[in-house]
Amino acid sequence: MSSRRSRSRQSGASRISDDQIADLVSRLQQLIPEIRNRRSDKVSASKVLQETCNYIRSLHREVDDLSDRLSELLESTDSDSAQAAIIRSLLM
Amino acid sequence: MAESSSISNPDANSNLSRKRRKIEPKTPAGAPTETGRPRWQNDVEQQIYSLKLVDALCHLRRPDSAAATSRAVRNAADQVLAVSARGKTRWSRAILTGRLSLRLAHINKKHKKAAKRAAVGESRTKKPAVQKKLPPLEKKVKVLSRLVPGCRKVSLPNLLEETTDYIAALEMQVKAMTFLTGLLNGAVSSSAAAGGDSSLADRG
Repeated sequence: MSSRRSRSRQSGASRISDDQIADLVSRLQQLIPEIRNRRSDKVSASKVLQETCNYIRSLHREVDDLSDRLSELLESTDSDSAQAAIIRSLLM
Repeated sequence: MAESSSISNPDANSNLSRKRRKIEPKTPAGAPTETGRPRWQNDVEQQIYSLKLVDALCHLRRPDSAAATSRAVRNAADQVLAVSARGKTRWSRAILTGRLSLRLAHINKKHKKAAKRAAVGESRTKKPAVQKKLPPLEKKVKVLSRLVPGCRKVSLPNLLEETTDYIAALEMQVKAMTFLTGLLNGAVSSSAAAGGDSSLADRG
């Protein structure tokens, strides 16, 4: 990987080899649950990118929903007892 | 061997560590273990994140000026996540510095847009044909670069690496926040059921 990085720096953004892109795209492919579960090796790069964008957006939405719920919960609880409960359960 | 020499010479150690930090990203031995899934997937990392997040959220509550709004919680969660990355990825650095310069950036954008509209109005007829010929792959790369913070002008291989790390970090964030929400739910219901009287007694 280090030799590939130095090559790309020297040659500039327009000359990235297809092998490099294919390698990184296949790595991305492993991360996205939708594509991972389908078990087909011939997913196009465009499909992987599309699914990546969708996945990141859905993760953002989940984080927003969770922070909504957390903010509601925090307002309604006594912070000290909540913190104590959390730390207790995390340490055990 | 290098470690023993660094321990014996504290002055040289700082220089050595500076040199090491520059050289480290290029050596293949260190790089694979730092980035990617294993970095964010272990339970210890998640527990550390949960603790730090709880601490940040409690600090949010104390001033009592702005209540724990959803936006504030989201920002706190992102900040803690970025700190956990220890400055090794572009998106984490962007989150940490973005908060500071957010308003400046907005002001700058407004000025730039106003200047562009004045200057480009004449030359608009010359360029549209060239711009529409972007291959659909490039468009998706652009969309992706907008989703990952701080990666708008990054080359494709770096962008894809940042994306893999960012996705793993986001997954951990979701797991940790789900876990915290569950805990707080339990804490709220149990304290409401049993401890209502005792907490009043403690405060009074």
